[in-house]
Amino acid sequence: MDLPLVFMALMGAAVLAYVVLDGYDLGVGMLMPAATPEEQSVMVSSIGPFWDANETWLVLGVGILLVAFPAAHGVVLGALYLPVVAMLVGLMFRGVAFEFRMKAQGWHRELWNWLFWAGSFVASFAQGLMLGRYITGFEPGVGYLLFAMVVGASVCGGYVLLGATWLVLKTEGALQAKALAWSRWGLLWVALGVGLVSLATPLVSETVRAKWFDFPGTLALMALPAACVWAGVIVWRSTGRLAAGGGARDWQPFAAAVAIFAISFLGLAYSLFPYVVIDRLTLWEAAAHPSSLKVVLAGALVVLPFIVAYTVISYRVFRGKARGGLYD
Amino acid sequence: MDDPLLLARAQFGLNIAFHILFPTLTIALAWMLLGFRVAYHRTGDAGWLKTYKLWTKIFALTFAMGVVTGIVMSFQFGTNWPGFMLRVGAIAGPLLGYEILTAFFLEATFLGVMLFGMNRVPPWAHIAATALVAAGTSLSAFWILALNSWMQTPAGHVLDGNQWIAADWVAVIFNPSFPYRFTHMMIASGLTAAFVVAGLSAWRLLKAPADAMARRTLRVGVLVAAVLAPVQAVVGDFHGLNTLEHQPAKIAAMEGIWHTEKGVPLVLFAIPNEKTRTNDWAIEIPYGASLILKHDPKAELQGLDAFGTDHPPVGPVFFSFRIMVGIGVLMIAASWYAAWATRRAAAAPRWLLWTLAGFTFSGWVATLAGWMVTEIGRQPWIVHGVLRTAEAVGDVTGAQLGVSLTGYALTYATMFVAYMVVLTHLAGAGAESAAAKPLPGASPVGAAAD
Ligand code: HDD
Ligand code: HEM
Ligand code: HEM
Repeated sequence: MDLPLVFMALMGAAVLAYVVLDGYDLGVGMLMPAATPEEQSVMVSSIGPFWDANETWLVLGVGILLVAFPAAHGVVLGALYLPVVAMLVGLMFRGVAFEFRMKAQGWHRELWNWLFWAGSFVASFAQGLMLGRYITGFEPGVGYLLFAMVVGASVCGGYVLLGATWLVLKTEGALQAKALAWSRWGLLWVALGVGLVSLATPLVSETVRAKWFDFPGTLALMALPAACVWAGVIVWRSTGRLAAGGGARDWQPFAAAVAIFAISFLGLAYSLFPYVVIDRLTLWEAAAHPSSLKVVLAGALVVLPFIVAYTVISYRVFRGKARGGLYD
Repeated sequence: MDDPLLLARAQFGLNIAFHILFPTLTIALAWMLLGFRVAYHRTGDAGWLKTYKLWTKIFALTFAMGVVTGIVMSFQFGTNWPGFMLRVGAIAGPLLGYEILTAFFLEATFLGVMLFGMNRVPPWAHIAATALVAAGTSLSAFWILALNSWMQTPAGHVLDGNQWIAADWVAVIFNPSFPYRFTHMMIASGLTAAFVVAGLSAWRLLKAPADAMARRTLRVGVLVAAVLAPVQAVVGDFHGLNTLEHQPAKIAAMEGIWHTEKGVPLVLFAIPNEKTRTNDWAIEIPYGASLILKHDPKAELQGLDAFGTDHPPVGPVFFSFRIMVGIGVLMIAASWYAAWATRRAAAAPRWLLWTLAGFTFSGWVATLAGWMVTEIGRQPWIVHGVLRTAEAVGDVTGAQLGVSLTGYALTYATMFVAYMVVLTHLAGAGAESAAAKPLPGASPVGAAAD
């Protein structure tokens, strides 16, 4: 069995799970300033039971990078050192703000609300920045930095889209109406971002260019942007219908937003394969000793089904609309 | 100061020392919460429910601190110690991987049900969720201590090319110091939680002497501590004997033994002098160290001179050890006296309440001191006898490390102050009044009660 390839797939799955799951709660965090205090309580309630488990997928993703591709772990996290620190500081403030804002009063509460928003934003932007630096192989230079910043902004937009459509699913009434509008803004933002990034990526990376414009593979590859546009159309239409009072289910916008992420992720994976560090390290070169890969794989195959099962259980326990502050 | 090795160590030390404060509390507190929850279920006594609610709030806060600082830890390994992963990653990796797979997801997922699901699931399911969170935190300690113990007393490994790989996983996990270290750490966690519970309850009783719930939790904390404290001393003694066998240089530093001798005295207090390689101002018990470590007053003990320059810095190990043991002895005295003074529902005198309040965070201090002994005592090795710390350091520049170290330090300082403020507020308010007037947009944890 090609163990490094299996671990690449596992790591990809963990990162995609992280991006979608923590993406929606980071997105809800970024939307906080646009809501009234009562609405903010509902928003936090809708993600309260989940955020911790969501972030654990990040730990798993980094864990697999560390365990299965130790050579790449050092290079990637070394090159991204400062954005990683920024992300971690953002995640820390945001994570504890959940607890502190509930227990604080007066201006303390305002402060933690602000830190909740700022932490979500810094973490999201830093993640996008990291992605941008990663795609371009950490090349130095102003142009590359600019590219990374555009990716950073796009990731923020993507998370806002996920967060807004999550709120469409989990809330009702005035807040849901707001969330529908936010979803549409988020979608426009994502469309702009994905468009720019797709145009720029082949320009900044020769490897990606070769991959994309390699006929006849290109034709098959066209299915991805087509599917992505289609998912975007679903978000637009379903939010429109819901806003008009029916004709769509409240889970549709979120599902379509998740699809946009999954498709973009596949495209990215196709562009970068088989590199772990683009143009420098392939996944086979970076792989850990087979003996350790085998033990971890055995454990993962046994445990992952359980993790998925109890994750589903927890989402079922908290299904339905979230309510202001109160869980009962 | 831009020596990357020094900065990398300072940064790692700061992060892990901050991180470990919170797991130390949550590991045992989770089991106590399970106890409160089951007591409520059995008796239907609303007092237990209130106790559970109040301490769940403190738990939730502590857990969140543990999670976010732990995430930083998982990013640190590769950036600060790439040499570590390249050389012993085939052993460290799977142990960390199993911690993530078996422990982190379990506790993180069921935490949601435990905190917010009380009225959404049947009582048995809520109890089960609480139990799974507790099991998850303990399992997490199991794996990480297996790794740390392996770094202290490596076993079951073979060299393959440039890398160390596992020849026998059972030997790697249950390496010679693991049983001692795991037991000692779990009891440390129990003592830390017991003194936090007793101390915060005492604090509440100083303000509201009639608070029945605080009197009950005071008694719980005191009794748990009274049982665990002497056990910890015995386990610690065995732990030391095990260390003597596997890391004699560490013991020599802990005891301040500079020269190999027969009939070595036990140094109660001294100021170790690295220049003259002797102890200044020493207060000693003749033959004591030989007696304790070899159970024979005439026995010979290896001194630091037996290891050339390959021994840890003496001062920090020596003093940390005394702080830990000193607190351990005080804990026995405090908990036993308090257990006796509060027998048959007697009210504790005010001076005792003040004393217990003063002991609230003593577990943290002893735990950090213990880890200092263990970790600094292992120097100059990162994996004892296998890999040197200097070989493991990364190529992140001093400047970048400086930025990140400053960032973490500021973040931690802010978080720590906020944590302490909320903790003392919750403790001082007590569950009674906290339940009576919920804060605006009340905490979901508290609200689940209403
Ligand atoms: C899984 C491994 C692991 C675990 C569980 C711990 N450590 Fe550790 N510690 C290391 C792995 C490590 C390390 C990576 O191996 C270091 C870095 C340099 C070294 O020699 O060991 C280290 C160094 C190190 C140092 C610096 C020592 C020096 O450089 O002189 C301190 C102060 C601590 N640790 C403190 C702690 C505390 C308070 C812990 C409590 C949880 C702890 N460590 C757990
Ligand atoms: C030295 C390396 C360590 C690393 C890399 C590490 C990593 C982590 C990570 C990533 C988390 C967050 C998990 C989540 O998302 O739920 C965490 C939490 C936790 N860690 Fe650590 N940790 C280390 C040391 C320790 C030690 C020594 C212990 C115990 C003795 C410990 C016990 C725990 C526990 C119980 C939690 C759950 C959170 C809590 O209870 O506060 N960790 N750790
Ligand atoms: C009262 C007598 C005690 C004795 C004789 C004792 C003994 C020891 C020894 C010998 C070590 C070093 C092990 C090594 O690395 O070689 C150690 C480590 C440690 N001690 Fe203690 N200890 C005592 C009390 C305590 C107390 C009260 C706490 C905390 C509440 C504590 C927490 C720790 C911790 C966290 C470590 C590091 C982890 C480990 O190696 O197990 N100890 N102890």
